[in-house]
Amino acid sequence: MTKKTKKAKQSELTDSGLIDITKKKFRWSEYLAEKIIKGTAFLSITIIVLIFFFVFRESMPIFSTAKATAKTEAAMENQAEQETYGDVTDKPKVEDTQETYGEVKDVSATADSTSEAYSVSAGSGFDDNQTALKSILTKDWVPVSQKPRYGIFSLIIGTFKVTIISMLFAAPLAIMAALYTASFAGKRLKEIIKPTIEMLAGFPSVVIGFFALMVMATFLQEIFHYDTRLNSFVGGIAMGIAAIPIIFTITEDALTAVPKTFKEASLALGASKWQTAFFVILPAATPGIFAAVLLGIGRVFGETMIALMATGNAAQMDLNPFTSVRTLAATIGAEMAEVVFGDTHYNVLFLIGSLLFIFTFILNAIAEFYVKGKLMKRIQGK
Amino acid sequence: MIHEKIHTENMFLHYGSKLALNDISIQIPEKKVTAFIGPSGCGKSTFLRSLNRMNDLIDGVKIEGKILIDGINIYDNNIDVVTLRKKVGMVFQKSNPFAKSIYENVAYGPRINGVKDKKQLDEIVETALQNAAIWTEVKDRLGDSAMGLSGGQQQRLCIARTLAVNPEIVLMDEPASALDPLSTSKIEELIVQLKEKYTIVIVTHNMQQAARISDLTAFFYLGELIEFDKTKKIFTNPDKKQTEDYITGRFG
Amino acid sequence: MIKSFKRNIKGILIEGMTLSAALLIIAIVVVMVTVIVIGGKDQISWEFLTSFPEDGMTKGGIFPAIYGTALLVIIMSVAAVPFGTITAIYLTEYAKENSIIAKTIRFAVRTLAVIPSIIYGLFGLGFFIKFVGTNVDNTFLGGHLKWGQPNILWASLTMALLTLPVVIVSVEEALKTVPRDLRAASLALGATKWQTIWKVVIPGSISGIMTGTILAVSRGAGEVAPILFTGVAYYVATLPTSFSDQFMVLGYHIYVMTTQSANVDKTMPIQFGTTLVLLALTFILNISAIILRYRIRKKKTD
Repeated sequence: MTKKTKKAKQSELTDSGLIDITKKKFRWSEYLAEKIIKGTAFLSITIIVLIFFFVFRESMPIFSTAKATAKTEAAMENQAEQETYGDVTDKPKVEDTQETYGEVKDVSATADSTSEAYSVSAGSGFDDNQTALKSILTKDWVPVSQKPRYGIFSLIIGTFKVTIISMLFAAPLAIMAALYTASFAGKRLKEIIKPTIEMLAGFPSVVIGFFALMVMATFLQEIFHYDTRLNSFVGGIAMGIAAIPIIFTITEDALTAVPKTFKEASLALGASKWQTAFFVILPAATPGIFAAVLLGIGRVFGETMIALMATGNAAQMDLNPFTSVRTLAATIGAEMAEVVFGDTHYNVLFLIGSLLFIFTFILNAIAEFYVKGKLMKRIQGK
Repeated sequence: MIHEKIHTENMFLHYGSKLALNDISIQIPEKKVTAFIGPSGCGKSTFLRSLNRMNDLIDGVKIEGKILIDGINIYDNNIDVVTLRKKVGMVFQKSNPFAKSIYENVAYGPRINGVKDKKQLDEIVETALQNAAIWTEVKDRLGDSAMGLSGGQQQRLCIARTLAVNPEIVLMDEPASALDPLSTSKIEELIVQLKEKYTIVIVTHNMQQAARISDLTAFFYLGELIEFDKTKKIFTNPDKKQTEDYITGRFG
Repeated sequence: MIKSFKRNIKGILIEGMTLSAALLIIAIVVVMVTVIVIGGKDQISWEFLTSFPEDGMTKGGIFPAIYGTALLVIIMSVAAVPFGTITAIYLTEYAKENSIIAKTIRFAVRTLAVIPSIIYGLFGLGFFIKFVGTNVDNTFLGGHLKWGQPNILWASLTMALLTLPVVIVSVEEALKTVPRDLRAASLALGATKWQTIWKVVIPGSISGIMTGTILAVSRGAGEVAPILFTGVAYYVATLPTSFSDQFMVLGYHIYVMTTQSANVDKTMPIQFGTTLVLLALTFILNISAIILRYRIRKKKTD
C-alpha cells in the first residue's frame, strides 16, 4: 500500500523534483459522481413529466373512443366542415359548428331514454363510453347504476363551494395572524405563534378530518342549526384549518422580505406602527400574499381525506353552504378502490385527476412566475 | 542566480464587465517571502487567488495573459488543476479548520492523496505540526476538535494542514489580520522560517508586517502593479510617487 | 390631540384584530390537541399498541397499523432520502445558481410539493401498478398476477415521490450553511470537487439531512390519499412479510373506522386512541425536526 502511494506521488514529480502539473488526469470517480448527481437531479423533472403522462394516459380511452363515435355520428357534418376548412373567418362555418354542437347536445339529452339499450350491451364498452362522454358536462354523478352517468359538473361546483368557504375562513385569519407576527408581536409571542403554526402544518389531514367529523360538525350544527351534519361548511372550515399554515408561512415570509428601509422611511415620516404595517408593509407584500392564497387554494382544492370525512359526500348542486357536497378529489379517493381497471368509470376518475393536476399546476406556475416577477419589481423598483 | 518560481506576463483579469487586474507582469523568486501590499480593493488578493486558480470557483471571472509556474502556463488546457493546488497551497484570511479533530485536519490532505498507512500519516502530521510551530501546544490533544483552539492556534493549524500536502509554494491571504499581536508575531516568525523550504507569497494590509518579514514587496493600486522591488528599497526609497504616498500613510 | 387619539384607537383596533386572529389559530390547535388527548388517553395501553384488532375491529389493538406505518416510512425513506440529498447536492454544489437547468429543477421541486396527494395515488396506480407491475408480471411471471396489484412496495415508492421535495428543501438549506471557506480550504489542499463534497460538505450537513428525513417521515406517516389504492388495506390478518403484501396504516385505520365501520359509536374509543397515537407520532417527529433545524440555523448565524 505504502509503496503504491509513494509511487503515485513519485509520478507527479518531474526530473527536477518538482510537481508536474501538465498531465491532466482523468478521474473516474469524479466523472461518475458528477454524471450520477446530475442525472438524479433530473429525477424531479422526470417525475412531473411521468405524472403528466400516466395520469393522462389512463384517462385517454374516453377521448379515443369518443373520437371514433364522433366520426361516425357526424360524418355528414365532417363533410361540410372540410369544405369550409380553409377560411376560418367564414361565417357559415361558425354556424355550421354551432349546429353540430346543438345536435350532440340533443343526443345526450335523449341518452337517458335510450340508455336501457346501452346497459344491455354494457360489455362492449364502446357504447358505454359514448354515453359517458356525453354525460360528463351534466350535473348527474351516478357512476354505479344500470345506466351510469358521469356528470362532473356538480363535483366541480361542490369543490369550488368548499374552496371558497375555506378561503373565506382561512385567508383573512392567516394573513392577519401573519401581519401580527411580522409587525406587532414581541419576541416571546413570536416564539409561541410560529412553532404552533409549524405544528399545525404537521397535522396529518386525517387527524383534522377526524376532528371535523367527530367534534366540529356537532359543535357547528349546534350554533348554526342546519339539517345535514356534514356539509360543505364543515368541510370548508376543516380544510381552511389545513390551509392556514401554508398561507401564514408564505405571507409572513413576504411581509418580512419587505426591505427595512420602507419601514424606517415610513416611521421617520411620523407614521405609527400600525399605519406602517397597514399602508406600507402590507401593500408592498401583496404579490406574496396573493401567492400564499393561491397555494392555499391549491391545497384545499386537492385535499382528499378531509373532504371524504367532513363534506357529506353527496353530489348535489346548489349554492347553499349547508348542504352536502362531493369534491373532485374525494370522488377519486372514494371510488377508485372499487372500480374495475380499464372501465369507463376508471377512466373518468383519471380524467378528474388530470383536471386537478392541471389546475394545481397552473396555480403554482402563476404563484411562481407572475407573483415573483411582480414582487421583485415592487421591492427593487426594477 | 535566483531561480524564478512564478512569472506572469501581461495578465488581465475581468470580473464580469469590470477590469479587476490590469496588465500585471511580475517575477517572483523561489524560496523567498514576497509580500503584496496596497489599499483594500486594489486587486492583491484577487491576484494571489489566480496563482492557484481559486478564482475558477467564482462565476464570471475571465483571465488573459500568462501565469507561469516553473515555466508552465497554469491556465493552459492540459493543466490538472487539482495537482496544481497541491503544488501551490493556500492559507486563508480567516482560519478555517474543518470541524474534525486536530489530527484529522492535518491528515486530510495526505489522506485524499491516498496515504493510508497509519505510521506514515502520523509522521506527516507530526512534521507538519512541527513545521507550523504548533506541535508542542497540541501534541497531547491531537484527538480534540480543532474548533477548541484559539484563533492564532487555528491559523497555525491551517498552515500545518497546508504544509502536510508538501507544496512548493504557499500563498497566504492576510493570514494574521484577525489575530492578536502575540499570535501575529508567532505567525510572522513562522513565515520567516518557512522560506527555507517554500516559496511564500503573502498578501497583507499591514505595512510593518511586510517590512518585517518579506524579501520583496509588490505595491498594487487600483488593479495595477505599481512597483515591485526589494522590500528595503520599497520602504526606504521607492521609485514611484504613489508608492511613497502609500508607504508614508498619505492614503489607504 | 383628538386626531391622535382617534388614530390610536384605530391602531389598537387593528393590532387587536390581528392579535385575535393569531390567538384564534393557536386556540384551534390547542382545542384539537386537547380534545384528541382527552378522548384517546384512556385507550392508550401497552396492550392497545401491541395487539391485533378483534371482533371485526370493535375491540383489540392497532399493532398491525403501527407496524405497517413504520414499514411504509422506512421503505419510503430508503428511496426518498438518497435521491433527495443528491438532488440538493446538485443544486447547491454543481448547478450554477441562475442556469436554466437549476431553475427548471427548482420549479419542478416546488411543483411536486404542491401537487395534491391524491394525484400521487393515481400516478402510483397508473405507473407502478398498471405499467411497471403488470409488465413485470407479464415478462417474468408469465402473466401470474403478483406485482400488478397494490402492495407495500408500490405504496412506499408513491409516498417517496410525495416526500421527495421535503427532503430536497431541508438538505439544500443545510448544505448552504456549510461555509464557503471550508470548501475553499479543501480544494486548496488539492482535493477534488467530489472529495470535498464527500468529506467536508456532507459531514457538515448531516443534521440537515436528518431534519429532512424526519420531516419526510412525519409527512409520510400521516398521509393517506396516496396509498388509498396503491397498497393499504382495510384489514389484514397477518403482518406484511414481503414487498408484495398489502398492509395496514394508522391514518387509513382512522378513516375506515370513522366512515365505514358498522357501528361508529361502539368503536369511538379506538378511533380516538388511534388518532392520538398518530398525532403523537407526528408531533414527536416534528418537534425533533424543529429543534434540529433551529440548531442548524443558530450555527449558521454563529
